[in-house]
Amino acid sequence: MDKTINQKAWFLVLPVFLVVAFSAILPLMTVVNYSMQDTFGNNQFFWNGVGWFKELLDPSTDLGERFLASLWRNLFFSAVILAIEVPLGIVVALSMPRDGWTVAACLVILALPLLIPWNVVGTIWQIFGRPDIGLLGYVLNNLGINYNYVSNDFDAWATIIVMDVWHWTSLVALLCYAGLKSIPDAYYQAAQIDGASRWAVFTAIQLPKMNRVLLIAVLLRFMDSFMIYTEPFVVTGGGPGNSTTFISIELVKIALGQFDLGKAAALSLVYNLIIIIVCWVFYTVMTNAGAERPAKQGVA
Amino acid sequence: MARIDLVDLAHSYGGNDAPPESFALKPVTMTWRQGGAYALLGPSGCGKTTLLNLISGIVTPSRGKILFDGKDITPLSTQKRNIAQVFQFPVIYDTMTVGQNLAFPLKNRNVPKAEIDKRVAEIAGLLDLAPYVDRKATRLTADAKQKISLGRGLVRADVAAILFDEPLTVIDPELKWQLRSKLKALHRALDLTMIYVTHDQTEALTFADTVVVMHDGRVVQSGTPAELFDRPAHTFVGYFIGSPGMNIVPAEVRGREARIDGHTIALNRNYDGLPPAAKIEIGVRPEFVDVAPPGSGLLSAQIERIDDLGRVRFARVRVGDVKFAARVPAGFSVPDNTAGLVFDPSHVHVYADSLLVEGK
Repeated sequence: MDKTINQKAWFLVLPVFLVVAFSAILPLMTVVNYSMQDTFGNNQFFWNGVGWFKELLDPSTDLGERFLASLWRNLFFSAVILAIEVPLGIVVALSMPRDGWTVAACLVILALPLLIPWNVVGTIWQIFGRPDIGLLGYVLNNLGINYNYVSNDFDAWATIIVMDVWHWTSLVALLCYAGLKSIPDAYYQAAQIDGASRWAVFTAIQLPKMNRVLLIAVLLRFMDSFMIYTEPFVVTGGGPGNSTTFISIELVKIALGQFDLGKAAALSLVYNLIIIIVCWVFYTVMTNAGAERPAKQGVA
Repeated sequence: MARIDLVDLAHSYGGNDAPPESFALKPVTMTWRQGGAYALLGPSGCGKTTLLNLISGIVTPSRGKILFDGKDITPLSTQKRNIAQVFQFPVIYDTMTVGQNLAFPLKNRNVPKAEIDKRVAEIAGLLDLAPYVDRKATRLTADAKQKISLGRGLVRADVAAILFDEPLTVIDPELKWQLRSKLKALHRALDLTMIYVTHDQTEALTFADTVVVMHDGRVVQSGTPAELFDRPAHTFVGYFIGSPGMNIVPAEVRGREARIDGHTIALNRNYDGLPPAAKIEIGVRPEFVDVAPPGSGLLSAQIERIDDLGRVRFARVRVGDVKFAARVPAGFSVPDNTAGLVFDPSHVHVYADSLLVEGK
């Protein structure tokens, strides 16, 4: 087929190009530009080369120390909530009814936390955990447990983790439930005939059939928890001290609190890069796990 | 290995209090011989899968009992019945190799490892799966997967019967023949009771010694393929088995004569004393009606078209308002519009309210 050359077609692409340029390319390039410079306000900039990136990766500097500390906090937080939410989500999905009106009821109840805006979730738990007026804090303290998320590191972490589990386990459970629903009855019947125990049914049928949705669930939860900002900001504000200061909170402090645009730009680029790399790793794992090699003919 | 008896077995998905006519399986009493090859044949929705699931225990009957070798196993769970079942779509444990799939039922029953390995190797050999034992089962073709499902039943030495629920649905046509001959060979080699559910009469007639025809939740006839062909006990059997199916025509029957459209056909037996209120029909297979030149003494029919099946030709004709199929004898040139029909009296059956009447 001959290709028609029509220069007017460029005009049709132009609007998209402009939108993408203004919404993505220009802001990103601005950040790249900032990351190479230093500013003392007054819109005066000084060239700094890769200085900020060097500092960022050097734990002996202030910036590097703050970045690495918050990076570990982020990784630890993601690991903990994945370790809790994935198994818990599977258990919830397995114990949900398979049919009848109770299915709809369960789905609505599960979906409720997902519909609440992040800062509202933060506010709910901020008040819920207060020892003076919050139900949780008040009850715990009256039971003789000294609970105070404002002054105790462990209490602050526990509150944020429980809050995240409360907010997001539903997502894992809903995805797993969808995966479970797609298993044909014949599998369960065959397993009965093969004399499989409940555990064998889980490991031989349910878990393998859920692996695609589980990968999606892990991916979504990792990304979301790695980018978490609003809830810990509302509940603990990053405290006590810096104990719950995640990368995003650190970033906002540097960019808007200190107005160190260069440092903040370098940090946000590295932050972005980490997320893209992890996305890529997950994507590769998922596509490889899902790709079945074509079956060989003539196996009869 | 066992004889299976069904005693007054019935099932309704709407519970025991549902009206009798709505039962998916109406009360049935029958015996499945040890070592028999049975086919359960019937159209979709006739209750054949329900009957199969009752035997395997996936469904608990609303009424009646199931006996294995005289022992009542109705309350036993599927796990405790020694039944194997192959489903319409291959069921494969995705993460396991072919060998692990075959070993799964034995592992679940805590059979010693040496014994498992021996049985798996034996069954893999029997099913021509030996070269694939260490391969992931998900990578195989549908027919190999069905063999694995079957193999999971065969590995258990104590299995009483193997049930097949339309197992060839997803198999390519040329492989269907291979797999079906494999099943027949296994049946001869292993002396197992096999029950094969299908809606395909060719599959049923080639696989089974005994074909059980079901219609609307009832077993209407059970017999050898020849019996079903020669003496259908119900008009449904006549119509469902054979291609084209049996001609069923309303008629007046008196003594040794049947009258259709004012014309008299001789019968081989005496049918005096038919129930007066019943709907009387005669049934005759197209193979036993010949087309002839119109003549006096022959039932005359309007020819609509000729189906040439290669080996035989069938004329589609019309007698009054009734459609009829009749054989065209070899070398006979068919007249344009009107023909006479010649009946073979020994193959003309009389049905009262759809049930075969034995003449005297």
